Amino acid sequence: MRIALFVTCIGDTVFPEVAKATVRVLERLGHEVVFPERQTCCGQMHLNSGYPDEAARLAKRFAEMFSEYEAVVSPSSSCVGTLRESYGAGNVFELSELLVGELGVEDVGATFPHRVAYHPTCHSLRVTRVGDAPLRLLRCVRGLELVQLPRADECCGFGGTFSLGNADTSSAMLADKCDSLLATGAEVCTALDASCLLQIGGGLSRRRSPVRTVHLAEILAST
Amino acid sequence: MRPFPEAARVELANVQLRTNLRNATDTIQAKRARVVGELPDWEELREAGRAIKADVLVGLEGYLVQFEAAVEARGGHVHWACDAAEANAVVARVAREHGIDEVLKVKSLTTDEIGLNDALAAAGIRALETDFAELILQLDGDWPSHILVPAIHRNRREIRDLFARTIAPGIASDEPSDLAEAARVYLREKFLDVRMGVSGANFGIAETGTVCVVESEGNGRMCTTLPPVLVSVLGIEKLLPRFADLEVFLQLLPRSATGERMNPYTSLWTGATEGQELHVVLLDNGRTRVLRDEVGRQALACIRCSACLNVCPVYTRTGGHAYGSVYPGPIGAILTPQLLGVEEAPSLPFASTLCGACYDVCPVKIDIPSVLVHLRAKVTAAQGPTRERTGMRTVAWILGAPRRLAFAQALARLLQRPFVREGMLRRLPPPLAAWTRTRDLKPVAPESFREWWRRR
Repeated sequence: MRIALFVTCIGDTVFPEVAKATVRVLERLGHEVVFPERQTCCGQMHLNSGYPDEAARLAKRFAEMFSEYEAVVSPSSSCVGTLRESYGAGNVFELSELLVGELGVEDVGATFPHRVAYHPTCHSLRVTRVGDAPLRLLRCVRGLELVQLPRADECCGFGGTFSLGNADTSSAMLADKCDSLLATGAEVCTALDASCLLQIGGGLSRRRSPVRTVHLAEILAST
Repeated sequence: MRPFPEAARVELANVQLRTNLRNATDTIQAKRARVVGELPDWEELREAGRAIKADVLVGLEGYLVQFEAAVEARGGHVHWACDAAEANAVVARVAREHGIDEVLKVKSLTTDEIGLNDALAAAGIRALETDFAELILQLDGDWPSHILVPAIHRNRREIRDLFARTIAPGIASDEPSDLAEAARVYLREKFLDVRMGVSGANFGIAETGTVCVVESEGNGRMCTTLPPVLVSVLGIEKLLPRFADLEVFLQLLPRSATGERMNPYTSLWTGATEGQELHVVLLDNGRTRVLRDEVGRQALACIRCSACLNVCPVYTRTGGHAYGSVYPGPIGAILTPQLLGVEEAPSLPFASTLCGACYDVCPVKIDIPSVLVHLRAKVTAAQGPTRERTGMRTVAWILGAPRRLAFAQALARLLQRPFVREGMLRRLPPPLAAWTRTRDLKPVAPESFREWWRRR
């Protein structure tokens, strides 16, 4: 299948390794990945911060660039959620959705010999509703031990500009998320959203915790 | 109103509050999940609840007139109140006409919303709260922090000490049953003596003129049956078209609220019986303004179950007082700014991560995240030109072309250089200082994905 990659603004800027991993997984499975170079951002931050006009312009740019593709993949469930739920882009899929739901693959041939806790991000749980697709993928990864994260479905406190505007509440939520994570004894925390990993990773790093944050795409790309 | 982030900072410092809240909300949440899981048709019930409420809001004018006629046909009196002052004046006037200087109250958010107790006090009338938690708060000059469990922020030792100072001198036990007994002894006399009750309502039935109060303790039943005069204050959105609609809501409400299959007391009264007098006050107080907003009006479908509070990761950290309103939590964040106007509570629509947990549990399917986003746009529009707007416009402009984004990335790489320690940004100037006070930040990557793709 010919699949267009939407890297997202944060993916391009801060998490290029996540997008590279997405490309590697799909190419390994025999798909052609294309990268429309004029792409930038879905407009989520503007929409959720109270600037719908700016968001609509960005979403329109996105549609102009991506509507011709049968399938668009993005390693970010919150961007996918915004594009699909708020702007009706039905051809956009989050990576785990695309793999399990559209391509019917669960074993992508990955090896990742670590104890991993999966944090289901809010938008993957309640907006894009990826269900157990990420868990199905993780269970097929060789050497990976999946540990149960207590209060897994509770928000990490990121929330876009909430993390700055309501920094105290955001930090209190993050502290609880880090506590839950550390209680699992996991070496790695994984999720479908780079933004949540920015928050959780930032909290763990401040605590000098050895627990690493790794995007699902990166686990699926490792061999 | 104090901005939410400031108010939250104060509440977050109270570790005891967070522990109390977490324990209480965890318990209610687990009970709710269990009893909701028992119903195979829960989703259909939610949809029915949503549809009935949507129908009420669309046909509200007709239902209100129908309700008024039905109440009056059965001997009740209906009063229309545009705002809090008008509603409070009606209650005070009824009391004065009967020479009454003390009234008993059923737990009611609507009368808290209009500040009835203070208004009555100013008119020389004492309003006594009879709900256990409301009584506790009234005795201590405190105010509710949860829709359903108003004293959720207080523990039993604090309550014992309060009772010892007030209604039960010498009480030593902090056993819940002993505390309840102390309140019961104090209140029982009042129930028999006081000649006027004041209630809110969970539902009003347009078809029959029936008013319905759903409660757990039985004090509401006492207040609505023993005193010869009863005044019930209803927000105009509380109507249901038909008596049979209660079938849906009396399943949705207790399961969502206290995690019970059925609440202990459901009182229904239709008009007045001989020797008794019923006044119903229909309150607008901003509701028709909310009704005009096609996206925001769904907030008026709320049945005050508080399930959204108990699952909210913000509410369970900050508690209810941070929301500065009788309506806290996610529902408060969309209701308060709409009832008062967004300029009066501009920080509330932003007091959420848009995690969506509230929408999932709402028994009438209020899409709280969408309404929050909608209200955020109204807030920024009302604020006009701000530094934030300029910043957001600039970012949108940068994101409008890949070469501008590439330039911004290169600039960020340069600017971040002095702040990188061991691969992370540990302390940044404002506005990012708000981030790095408690968290490290992953820096902009040395090579963007776009650059990697080109050279690949």
